[in-house]
Amino acid sequence: MAATGSSTEPEEGAAPRAARKPHEQDAAGLGARRALAFVAPGLLVVALFLVLPALWTLYLGSTDYRLTGIPAVDPQFVGVENLTDALGDDGFLNSLWLTLLFVVGSAVLGQAIGGFALAWWMRERTGPLRAVLESLVMLAWILPSSVVAFLWIAYLDRDDGTLNALLHTPGAAWLLDHPMLSLIVFNIWRGTAFSMMLYSAALGNVPRSHLETARLAGAGPLQQLRDVVFPAIRGHVLTNLLLISLWTFNDFTPFLITAGGPDGRSETLPVFIYQTALGSGQLGYGAALSFLMLLINLVVAVVYLRLLGRKRKEERVDDAPPAHARQAGAEREVDA
Amino acid sequence: MSGPVGALLRGVARYTLLALVLAFFALPMLWLASAPFDRNPRVTASLPEFTLENFRRLWENPNAVNSLASSVVLAVGSAVVVVTLSALAAYALSRVRIPGRDGLLYLLLLLSSIVTGTAAMVPVFLLASELGLVDSYSGVILVLSGGLLPAAIFILKDFTDTVPRSYEESARVFGASPLRVLRDVVVPVVRPGLATVGVWTVAQVWGNFLIPFLLLRSPDKSPAAVVMYTFYTEGGQPDLALISTFSLLYSLPVVLMFLFVSRRYGFRFHGGIKA
Amino acid sequence: MAGVPRRTALAVLGAGAVGLTGCGTPLDPREDAGGIALTVAVNAISGGKNSEEAEWISEWVIPRFVRAQRARGVDVRVDFAPSGLDDEQYKTKLALDLKARAAPDVMALDGIWLGEFAEAEYIRPLRDVVGGDFAEWPGWRQIDRRVQALARFEGRLYGIPAGTDARLLFYHKPLFRRAGLPEEWKPRSWAEILDAARRLKRLPGVVPLQINAGTPMGEATTMQGVLPLLTGAGGAVAKGDRWYGDTPALRAVLDFYRRVYRGGLGDPKLQQEAKGRDKSFAAFADGRLGILAEGDYFWRDVVAPRTGTSPMPHRDREVGYTLFPARAPGEALGGRDHVSLSGGGVHVLNPHTRHPQQAFELLTALHSAAALRAQLDGTAKITERDDVNAAVLDRDPMLRFAADDAMAVTVFRPPLAAYTEVSSALQEATAQVVSGTAPKRAAAAYGRRLQEVLGGSDRIVD
Repeated sequence: MAATGSSTEPEEGAAPRAARKPHEQDAAGLGARRALAFVAPGLLVVALFLVLPALWTLYLGSTDYRLTGIPAVDPQFVGVENLTDALGDDGFLNSLWLTLLFVVGSAVLGQAIGGFALAWWMRERTGPLRAVLESLVMLAWILPSSVVAFLWIAYLDRDDGTLNALLHTPGAAWLLDHPMLSLIVFNIWRGTAFSMMLYSAALGNVPRSHLETARLAGAGPLQQLRDVVFPAIRGHVLTNLLLISLWTFNDFTPFLITAGGPDGRSETLPVFIYQTALGSGQLGYGAALSFLMLLINLVVAVVYLRLLGRKRKEERVDDAPPAHARQAGAEREVDA
Repeated sequence: MSGPVGALLRGVARYTLLALVLAFFALPMLWLASAPFDRNPRVTASLPEFTLENFRRLWENPNAVNSLASSVVLAVGSAVVVVTLSALAAYALSRVRIPGRDGLLYLLLLLSSIVTGTAAMVPVFLLASELGLVDSYSGVILVLSGGLLPAAIFILKDFTDTVPRSYEESARVFGASPLRVLRDVVVPVVRPGLATVGVWTVAQVWGNFLIPFLLLRSPDKSPAAVVMYTFYTEGGQPDLALISTFSLLYSLPVVLMFLFVSRRYGFRFHGGIKA
Repeated sequence: MAGVPRRTALAVLGAGAVGLTGCGTPLDPREDAGGIALTVAVNAISGGKNSEEAEWISEWVIPRFVRAQRARGVDVRVDFAPSGLDDEQYKTKLALDLKARAAPDVMALDGIWLGEFAEAEYIRPLRDVVGGDFAEWPGWRQIDRRVQALARFEGRLYGIPAGTDARLLFYHKPLFRRAGLPEEWKPRSWAEILDAARRLKRLPGVVPLQINAGTPMGEATTMQGVLPLLTGAGGAVAKGDRWYGDTPALRAVLDFYRRVYRGGLGDPKLQQEAKGRDKSFAAFADGRLGILAEGDYFWRDVVAPRTGTSPMPHRDREVGYTLFPARAPGEALGGRDHVSLSGGGVHVLNPHTRHPQQAFELLTALHSAAALRAQLDGTAKITERDDVNAAVLDRDPMLRFAADDAMAVTVFRPPLAAYTEVSSALQEATAQVVSGTAPKRAAAAYGRRLQEVLGGSDRIVD
C-alpha cells in the first residue's frame, strides 16, 4: 500500500503543465546530448516496430489491398472510399453500437462503480474475508486471456455449464440468447480489479480528519461520499475512466468467447475488424476501420483529458485549502 | 430502521451481499481448480475423482512443456528490453526539457493501439521478414517491445518525476557521472516503478497470441498462448483434460510473479497494467 | 537484440509500397551448411490436430525420401513444419509466408483456396515451377480427371490433390427403430427427410435433424448443407465463371432450412455455437441426434469405434448412411435422383523454391502408392489414386459406397477465386433464415451481397 502519494498517480504528467516543476531542471547534469542518447534506443525501437507499421497500416487503409486474389498482387489506391464505405456499412455501425454498450455497461458502470464499492468496503477492513475477496478479484484480472475465455465458455456452457447447474436452468444458452449481456458481465468480472486498486490508493489519500469533521457536522454516508470523498478523488475517477474505457474499447477477449456470434450480435469493433481483415482477407478495408478506431480513441482521450485539465486548474487554485473550506464540501467547486 | 432487529437485518443483508460478490468472482474459476485433477474432466466444475494423470499426459505432450519455456524466454526478454530502454528514456525525458514531449508520448500511445491489432499484421510481418527476424525470438521481442515502450515510458516518467532532484545534486557534488547517478541514486528510488513496468510487460507478453503466431515458425519456439490453440482443435474437439491442466500451469507463473513482486515491493499497480 | 541488421529503417521506408517489399529474404540459414534443404508444411501437428498425418510425414515419408535421394547421390535435408491451427489461421499464415517469399517448399492447401492464391501470384502452375517434366510423373495416370480438377485453376495444374471425399446423410439406426422408421432408410425426396424428422421428433430429448447452417460452421454449412440441397433442387452456385444470385432453387433451399429450424426439426442453437459442430457429433454418438448431413470424414474420424473423437463402439451396426435425395425424384442437377458434394486438399509448390526439382520429387513422394498405403495403415479412405483405392476401399463397405455410389453423382465446387467469399455469403443467408428472416428476403439479401463481393453485377448470371 505504498504508492499512495498522489504524485505517483498516472495522470501526473498527463496534461502539459504551464509552469515546469523544479524536478524538470537538469539536476543530474545530463545535458541535451546525453539526454538524447538515453532516449534514442527506445525511440529507435518504437520508430521501427511501432510507428513504421502504423504508418504503413494507414497507407494500406487507402487501398483495396487483400490478403489473396488479384488485389493482393496489384492493390489499387482508393483514397477515402474505404472510410465512406464504412460509414454506410451496417456491420460497422452495428459493431460501433455494441462497442458503446460494452464500454458503458462493463467499464463505466460495472467496473468503475463495482471497483469503487469494493475499495470503499475494504477501506477500513482487514482480516481473512477481505484477503480472500481481494485475491479473487485480482486473480480474475491476472489470468491470461485465453485461459479466462475458456473458463467462461465452460462456465456458461449450455449443456454442462456450472452456472446452469447452480441456477437449475438446464439448457439455458447464455452466450447465444444474451451474448452482449454475457460479455458485459464477463468484463466486469475480468476488469474490476484495476478500478478497485486505483480507488483503494485514492481513498488512502482522503484525509481522515475531513471525513471526521463531516461526520461531526452530521453528514450521512452518502453525503460524505458526495461532499468529501468524491471531490478529493475526482482526478483518480477521471484517470480510471479514461484507462478502462480505452482498454475495454480495444479489448479482443470477446472474440475468444463468442467470436462475434451469433449472427454478429456480439461483434464489437475489434472483433469486426478482425473478421474483416482475417475472416474475409480485406486488409485495406480493415486498416481503414482501424484508423477510424484510432480516431475514436483519440476523441475519448481528448474529452477525458480536457476534464482532467479543468480539475487540475481548480486544484492549483485551492492548493492546501483550510479544512473548514471542505466541511460542507459543496462550495469546493466554486473557488476555481 | 434502528434497534437490534434492524441491526440484525442489516447484518444479514450485508453478509448476503458479500457472499454473492464472493460467489460472482469465485465461481467461474472453480473449473480451473477442479478439472486438472479430475480423471474424466467435463465442462462442469465438480468434485474431482482425484488424479495426477493429466499432468503426466501433459508432460509427455511434446509441445506443452516447450511452449512454457518459450513463453518465459519471450516474456523475460521483452521485460529486459522494455525496462532498460524505458528507464533510460523516462529519466532523460523527466529531467531534460524537450519541446512537444507530451504530445509525442500521447501520439505513440495511440499508435500502439493499432499496431497490436490485426490490421497491422501485414506490415509487421513484412517488416520482420525484411529484417530477417521471422522465426526468431528477437523479432517477437522487438515487435512487442515497440508496442509496449510508449506506455512503459509514460508510467516510468511519473515515477522518476517524484524523485527529488536534491538526491541527484548531492551525488553530483561528489562527482558521480550521470549514468552512475541514474544507477546508484535514481534506480533504487524508482524500483517499484521498474517492477511495475517489468511485471506489466511480462503479463502482456505472456498472454499475447497474435505476434508470436505471425512471426514464429518452428513449433518448438511457439509460446503457450499459441500452443493452447492446438489443444482446442485436437481432432476437432477440445481435449478438456489437456486444456485444463495446461491452463493451470500456464496461469501459475504470472500469479506467482504477481504475488512475489507485490510482497517484495509492497506496491499496487496503479499505472495501467493491461493497456 | 543482435538481430537488427544495419540496412534497417531507410531501406524499409523506401520500400513502403506493398508490392515492392517481397524482394526476397530467404529465411533459410541452413543452406549455408551445404546440401539441399527443403521444408514441407501441413496443418497437422504431432500430439494435436491431424496427429497421425504429421507422424506419417515426419516418420515415414521424409526418411524414405532422404534415403532415396542419398542413394542417387543427392544430399538433402527435409524439415516438417507442423501447425495445429484453425484452417483460417493456417491460410493467413501461408499467405503471408508466400507473400514474403519465405514459404515452405511444399505445402498443403484446401482446394478452394487455390484460385485466390493463384490470382495473388502466391503459387504458379507446376509447368512454370518445375518445367514440362512434371507431366512425366507416372502417378498422374492413376488420378481421375475429376479429382485432378481439384488442383486445377483456369485450366492449369498447380499441384497434386490429396484425396477426395463425399457428403452423405448419416442416421442413427437405434433411434430410427424406436421411431418406427426403416433401418435401411433411402429417402427419395426432401419431403421424406422431413417426414422421418417428424417421426423422430416424438422421441423425447432427441434432435431429429442437423443440416449445417450459419457462419460458425464455416465451410461445413456450404459443403454439407447449402450445396447438396441446391444441387438437389436443380440449381448451382456458378456457371462457367459467373455466379448465380437470387434464384428459385436458392429460395427452395432456404425454405427447406426454414422448415427444419423454424419447424422444430433441428436445433437452431446448435448451429450458432462456436463449437456447435463438435457438439452435434457428440449428440449423434450419444443417441440424441437422428439424422446428420456430413462428409465421410464423420465416419472415418468422428464415430470410428476406437480412434474417433466421439467414438461409437458399434458404429457399423448403429450408423446408417444414404445419399442426399433430390428435392423430388429427377429434380437434381442433370435430372438425377441423388446428389453428393466432394472436395479435398491439394499439395502445391512454393514458386520461389530454390530447388524446384527436388521439391517436386518430394511432392510426388507424398503421393506414391506406397506412401498412401502407409498413411492409411489398414484403414480406408478415398485417396487420389485409383490403384490405391482399388486396394483399400473394400476394407470398409461405407467407403466403398461413398466411392462408387456417391462419387457417381457427386459435384465439385467451382474452381473460382471468389468462391470462399461467395460461400460465406451463403452461410450468412442460412444464418438469417435460422434466426427468423423469410427465405425470400434472405435470398434477395444474398443477391445483393453477391454484387458487393464481386464488385458489380457483370459476373452474375441474369
